[in-house]
Amino acid sequence: MEELHDLYQELVLDHSKNPRNFKKILDCNHSAEGFNPLCGDQVTVYLKLEKDLIQDISFLGSGCAISKASASLMTTALKNKTTKDAFNFFDKFVQMVTGKNSESSHLENLGKLQVFKGVKEFPVRVKCASLPWHTLVAAIQEKKGKISTE
Amino acid sequence: MVLDPEKIKKDFPILNRKIHGKPLVYLDNAATTQKPLAVIEAIHHYYLNENSNIHRGVHTLSEQATLAYEGAREKIRAFIGAKETSEIIFVRGATEGINLIAQTYGRKFIGSGDEIVISTLEHHSNIVPWQILCEQVGAKLRVIPINDKGELLIEDLKKIINAKTKLMGITHVSNALGTIVPLKEIIKIAHEQNIPVVVDGAQAIPHLKVNVQELDADFYLFSGHKVYGPTGIGVVYGKKNFLEIMPPYQGGGDMISSVTFEKTEYNILPFKFEAGTPHIAGAIGLGVALDYLKTLDLEKVALYENELLSYALEKSSEMADLQIIGQSVDRAGVISFNLAQLHAHDVGTVLDRHGIAIRAGHHCAMPLMKRLGLEATCRVSFAVYNTKEDVDSLFKALQKTLEVLG
Repeated sequence: MEELHDLYQELVLDHSKNPRNFKKILDCNHSAEGFNPLCGDQVTVYLKLEKDLIQDISFLGSGCAISKASASLMTTALKNKTTKDAFNFFDKFVQMVTGKNSESSHLENLGKLQVFKGVKEFPVRVKCASLPWHTLVAAIQEKKGKISTE
Repeated sequence: MVLDPEKIKKDFPILNRKIHGKPLVYLDNAATTQKPLAVIEAIHHYYLNENSNIHRGVHTLSEQATLAYEGAREKIRAFIGAKETSEIIFVRGATEGINLIAQTYGRKFIGSGDEIVISTLEHHSNIVPWQILCEQVGAKLRVIPINDKGELLIEDLKKIINAKTKLMGITHVSNALGTIVPLKEIIKIAHEQNIPVVVDGAQAIPHLKVNVQELDADFYLFSGHKVYGPTGIGVVYGKKNFLEIMPPYQGGGDMISSVTFEKTEYNILPFKFEAGTPHIAGAIGLGVALDYLKTLDLEKVALYENELLSYALEKSSEMADLQIIGQSVDRAGVISFNLAQLHAHDVGTVLDRHGIAIRAGHHCAMPLMKRLGLEATCRVSFAVYNTKEDVDSLFKALQKTLEVLG
């Protein structure tokens, strides 16, 4: 049962129950919708970009504890970071949750986001954790239409 | 004599498996059931000893394979109380069965401005094929509403059907809530207006004694894998007078009696609807699965499963944080619920680590979930090999879930 507690750590449960930046940014200039058709998780990410700087970031949506907490922690980690930082975090986050590279030295600058390290033991839940991040990338790039995990 | 679940459990080898170090408690039977050894051995035996193509060989193997395949058809006829084996068509599963009817009967007899009636309880497989048909021919889909308990509103049905209604597609048992639909009554109402009724029996066949003639269903279809048989095989029952006037579904070998480049004469029933080499081993396996159920006695199976369901419902009512979704008095096999404010996927993940397999999600019934104002539910669904101990394990694990996620 150890890996269950690794997955559902205090921080994850806290962010899933009290998501931060859980609102729409009214004067956002980028946004995207993400959807996981397998389980119905959905998330919309709102961004206020000033050139490459993420001045503000928020989300709305519904889904499981993992997807909600992942979106919430993502927004807290990226405020006042650059889009370059965001892409870098995205790569490392995806490598971490898919178990491709979860060395602590590699993940150091992910900070609190490392709480999702345990997801790699739950292959069917990887998409829950990564959905907000894929949606973020789409929002930055302003791809039209809905982003789907499938 | 009552059923001995411990003895039955031994017939299903997979139930000896451990999942994450815990004994497997399999409660996802509405998705697919496990297979008894007899079915696994029948398929094995077929490929080891009888494998051959059917309906054409002059050689012994082909004759034996044909006998086994057609023997399975007769077993299915008897099991659902159809009049003739020519009314039993093998398909890949319930989904293909509904598509078959939509694309043959539907394309020919439903036209622009006509209406097709389904219900809020339907699985996507009994929605989408009709939507596709509606788009093709310009027909309209109408939906029978439900009450908050998850029961069909029969009075509304009477208002919905009219002279334009050309077909009704209805489930026998809801896969998401377990509601048993009062089929006989509904079919009677439809027939008073000369509306043929297509019944999705995928969730009913494993739990209820079904007699298609007593029900007076015009079409009744189900999947083999939900009734202890293999995947990739299913059945469409259709009344002969309908099947005869329907065009073929797919063209190919076996569905013809003669072919020239100018014209093709189609084969007689049921072969007209079975183009190409079918899933011979699957049909044989399904026949053996039904034999197995028969030896247990379906009435005893239904009684036993009801007992299990009542036991689980009683346990649910003792758990304050558990909310049952769907309160139909008549139900079979299924309990849908939500635990506290937790998302079904999180509950499913924690239960899995306790060796317990349940379904979490929208159960391929998104319109129903929307009607109930839910995104997802947890669903436990029973089979004949489940025991009260399985139910106890489930509720113990649900308590643990509250501790982990609380």
